[in-house]
Amino acid sequence: MRAAIATSLPESQIAPAAGGVQARGIEKRLGNVEVLRGVTLDVAAGEIVAILGSSGSGKSTFLRCVNLLTLPDRGDIWVHGEHLRLRPISERDSEPRILDHDQVRRVRASIGMVFQNFNLWPHMTVLENVSAGPVLVNRLTRKAATELGRGYLAKVGLSDKAGSYPRHLSGGQQQRVAIARALAMEPKLLLFDEPTSALDPELVGEVLRVMTALAGEGRTMMIVTHEVAFAREVSSRAAFMHQGRIEEEGSSPAFFLNPTSASLRRFLTAHDERHS
Amino acid sequence: MDAELLLTSMMTLASGIPLTLILTLASLVIGLVLSVPLAFLRTSGNKYFSLPVLAYTYVFRGTPLLVQLFIIYYGLGQIEFIRSSGLWYVLRDPFWCSLLAFSLNSAAYTTEVFRGGILAVPSGMIDAAQAIGMTPLQQKRKIILPIAFRGVLPSYVNEVIALLKASSLASTVTLLEITGLSRKLVSETFAPYEIFIAAGILYLGLTSIFTSGFRVLETRWLNAPPKQAAPDGIIAKQVVHGS
Repeated sequence: MRAAIATSLPESQIAPAAGGVQARGIEKRLGNVEVLRGVTLDVAAGEIVAILGSSGSGKSTFLRCVNLLTLPDRGDIWVHGEHLRLRPISERDSEPRILDHDQVRRVRASIGMVFQNFNLWPHMTVLENVSAGPVLVNRLTRKAATELGRGYLAKVGLSDKAGSYPRHLSGGQQQRVAIARALAMEPKLLLFDEPTSALDPELVGEVLRVMTALAGEGRTMMIVTHEVAFAREVSSRAAFMHQGRIEEEGSSPAFFLNPTSASLRRFLTAHDERHS
Repeated sequence: MDAELLLTSMMTLASGIPLTLILTLASLVIGLVLSVPLAFLRTSGNKYFSLPVLAYTYVFRGTPLLVQLFIIYYGLGQIEFIRSSGLWYVLRDPFWCSLLAFSLNSAAYTTEVFRGGILAVPSGMIDAAQAIGMTPLQQKRKIILPIAFRGVLPSYVNEVIALLKASSLASTVTLLEITGLSRKLVSETFAPYEIFIAAGILYLGLTSIFTSGFRVLETRWLNAPPKQAAPDGIIAKQVVHGS
């Protein structure tokens, strides 16, 4: 039904909301595993949504579907009210396809993403990493992009590392550079894919502090994380994924204090035990 | 061994260095220019792009360079179509035939070297480039190629050295580069021992210059802030010798 509407009406008429992200019935199979089995989630503009779940629950795959680093097999996604034009899989096409590459690049440029493994470009200095996107994609002059880059490096507290190469930085510093790189695109939405999972425990705090500061600026954020305490602190809403579905979602304090589903209760209890 | 003869023949053979260098450097540049797009075609998921490139590298890496040179120099002239075309002005000249053979051969090897480098670029680097909204061409030029080239630099240096030495094959089609001059000198003096040792020393000198030039590049690319320059330099050296 939804798919039929999506293909027969002009996209602007059926956008469920003007801003944020709406995902409807996202399905994804990787090999023989059904990673996503119909995920529906709305993120309003200005909202901070934490996505929790154990490993393999599909939460990272779902996040990658939002900026189409992973193409959903089926389902619809709106970003900032714009429907992403994809061709779902069918009997004829075994792979989903991007129908409008210009649209996808434009939408991606408006979404900042921070990865678990930082993914800084090793052949560029810290400042070059941060200013590359503004120059290449947003067509700023080199001078303007450098200035912008320095500003965001200052924001994450790494002004003194502008000329360093990523491999001379600690994991926490690299991740803060990655956050600055995402911010330098001046995105309307930030995606965080387990941003602290690859960090040594003593480096987690510096990254979470930067993210908490961002959360206070009214930005729209989707955060996939294992840090339950952090999620409870910064998120306005949270969703719990289990076996490729959203098992439970709710506003932040209640979600954590009174979980209704058994699997979320188990997940939160296991987490409490680990951290007590 | 006659040390004086060795020295005088080195002086004579030195006049072959320019031709050796021109053949090597020109084939390297042509090979490099050809191999970058070929390597991307070779790694393409589309088999209509990758298979023709695979066939090309398979043939040129699977047959001796000397045979390729003879086919181009002696063989192509047998074909009436080529003899009567404008191509003949190029193909009857041993210099252009050698350059063509060396370039095609070098491009084939370099394509496979770059293919390995491109495949070794961590997918996360490309994720980050895509996520920021780069076009496929920007991803290749700004992210994939620079990372791949740095990764395969030691293997590429091997290819450069191999090509420098392989340029001696040009002597078989009458070119008077270092080896060609040596053979001429030997036939005049009947002193193969000293003369070929002199030639060997010249080649050794050239390869040393090439290797140290690339080592400078490598150290700069594995760039370290000044205070850490020393340990990085050592790592770079080990990579070069170990490859």
